[in-house]
Amino acid sequence: MSHHPLYKDTDLVLSIESVTKSFDGFKAINDLNFYLGEGELRTIIGPNGAGKSTFMDLITGRTRPDEGTLKYHQDDGHDLDLTKLREYEINRLGIARKFQTPSIYQHHSVYDNIVLSLGHNRSVLHALFYKESKPDREAIEEVLETIRLQDMRHHQAGLLSHGQKQWLEIGMLLAQKPRILLVDEPAAGMSDEETERTGELLLSLEGKHSIMVVEHDMEFIRQIARKVTVLHQGHVLKEGKFLEVANDAKVKEVYLGRQKHE
Amino acid sequence: MNKLSYFDSGAEKTLFAILACFVAIFPVMNMIFPEGSLLHVSSFQLNVWGKYLCYAILAVSLNFLWGYTGLLCLGQCLFFALGGYAFGMYLMLMIGELGAYKSVLPDFMVFLGYNELPTHWKPFYSPTFAIFAAMWVPGLVAFLFGLLAFRSRIKGVYFSILTQALTYAAALLFFRNDFTFGGNNGFTDFKFILGTNINDPAAARGLFWASGAFLIGVYLLIAWLLKSKFGLVQRAIRDSENRVRFSGYSTTHYKVFIFVLSAMIAGLAGALYVPQAGIINPSEMWPTKGLDIVVWVAVGGRGSKFGPIIGAVLINLLKSFTTRAYPESWLIILGFVFLFVVLFMPNGVMGLWEQIKAYLAKKKSKQVTASA
Repeated sequence: MSHHPLYKDTDLVLSIESVTKSFDGFKAINDLNFYLGEGELRTIIGPNGAGKSTFMDLITGRTRPDEGTLKYHQDDGHDLDLTKLREYEINRLGIARKFQTPSIYQHHSVYDNIVLSLGHNRSVLHALFYKESKPDREAIEEVLETIRLQDMRHHQAGLLSHGQKQWLEIGMLLAQKPRILLVDEPAAGMSDEETERTGELLLSLEGKHSIMVVEHDMEFIRQIARKVTVLHQGHVLKEGKFLEVANDAKVKEVYLGRQKHE
Repeated sequence: MNKLSYFDSGAEKTLFAILACFVAIFPVMNMIFPEGSLLHVSSFQLNVWGKYLCYAILAVSLNFLWGYTGLLCLGQCLFFALGGYAFGMYLMLMIGELGAYKSVLPDFMVFLGYNELPTHWKPFYSPTFAIFAAMWVPGLVAFLFGLLAFRSRIKGVYFSILTQALTYAAALLFFRNDFTFGGNNGFTDFKFILGTNINDPAAARGLFWASGAFLIGVYLLIAWLLKSKFGLVQRAIRDSENRVRFSGYSTTHYKVFIFVLSAMIAGLAGALYVPQAGIINPSEMWPTKGLDIVVWVAVGGRGSKFGPIIGAVLINLLKSFTTRAYPESWLIILGFVFLFVVLFMPNGVMGLWEQIKAYLAKKKSKQVTASA
């Protein structure tokens, strides 16, 4: 199996090869090959049913592939087979996921939402006797500043605006100091201004984390796009720079073109 | 983390103080005031209120599961009864040769033709062993059931139904004579507890104090858990289990821990209940008993620390009054109370004050807009 030409082996954080997943005979993912580089910001687009969510589910252990390999390349050079690990184990490796609809703790304060997301020991015993340390407090402050919710720290998270909830969830991922960030439709339901600020936030994280963003909003993609992967029927249709992809005839046909006609 | 205290509100602090005073003073009134005095509390009264305290502990244990973790367990009565049976075994052995058949064996064993005490009964001569069994037996059942259920991601109504099925199966098992636990008659006619005659007022006082102290201890333990990071995770599981799992927590470990703890608390409550009630039989673990506890918690206020205590006492007072005054209508009245609470008082008695305040504020703002 040939690796992606753009990266040397050592630069990769994720290698996904020949992965297939069907549900009741429907191939949601079909012979998918995908590589994510260290510190890369990757945008993934595709029409509804292209397999984007299933793709994220496979990486995070929510579903298992029928065939193929999902490898996580650790810092120390060892590879781990993600198909053998549970969701919480995969998360503890440093793979954090943001869901399509904001998934936060509605009844907790903004601050406590972040406390619960800190990347330390998450066992029952540790939680029973946990005392907040100074480094913890500083880490939380840093996250609050990044997502611009310093002034809302004591607010109940359920009372935030939709955009703020989306940011809070991104903040919860950042609090784990993850190596890979999987971000599912961060701009969904946001105002234009919020969308732009979300784009700025993601761009500012480039290089610090490897980021995969699934999106529909073309304006937003134009703002953040570095390298774009187009999924179609569970397969990579095209991969490249935004303009390259946007001007590709096949891509236009299955995705962009169709959107225009609608 | 936000500074959380052991008490959610001033009202809760006051209620807690009242409870503590009640627990401390009620048995003293039995001791110092002579019979016939207006202030005298009879041993019978002590036993009745001691039982209410045990019910309150049981309700608190369910609220810990349902109110704070979102696990509606319909089998809490099973853990209560298992604890009751464990301590009941000790009480049966303490009858000695004072039973109807004048045998060291419990009467029902003589009746069924046993010549020897079954091996699993022998350690129950020790009250310490019996008390521990009242915790670890329900704890073990909860551990095994919880591990299987939570690992398979069984939740919501499916979890509730399975806990009820488990309870039903256990009740049927305990109804059998050959299960060595007295069949449908269960255990009764206890004579001694820790060397004291069980009808002695001192026994009633001791049991009442023990029940009250345990209730207060459980309240404080749960308050401590809730204000720790553990409590944050627990409520996070209730609100968004997926997020918790995808934040690196094994929610199965947390839920099993919570389930086992709650079962052990219920078991110990059962152990304290049986000597005060003077009887334990399989009807204590009948599925409808599990539903009763749900009603107590809902009426008192699910997800508030004091609500279940109030709910358990109120409903049982109402039951004791109604079953004497209008014995036929009790279940109908209970049904109406439950419906009313579900429809009009979502936060139960504990949420009533907030509800009234919100209603008055709304009315006031309407008047302001009307006059403007």
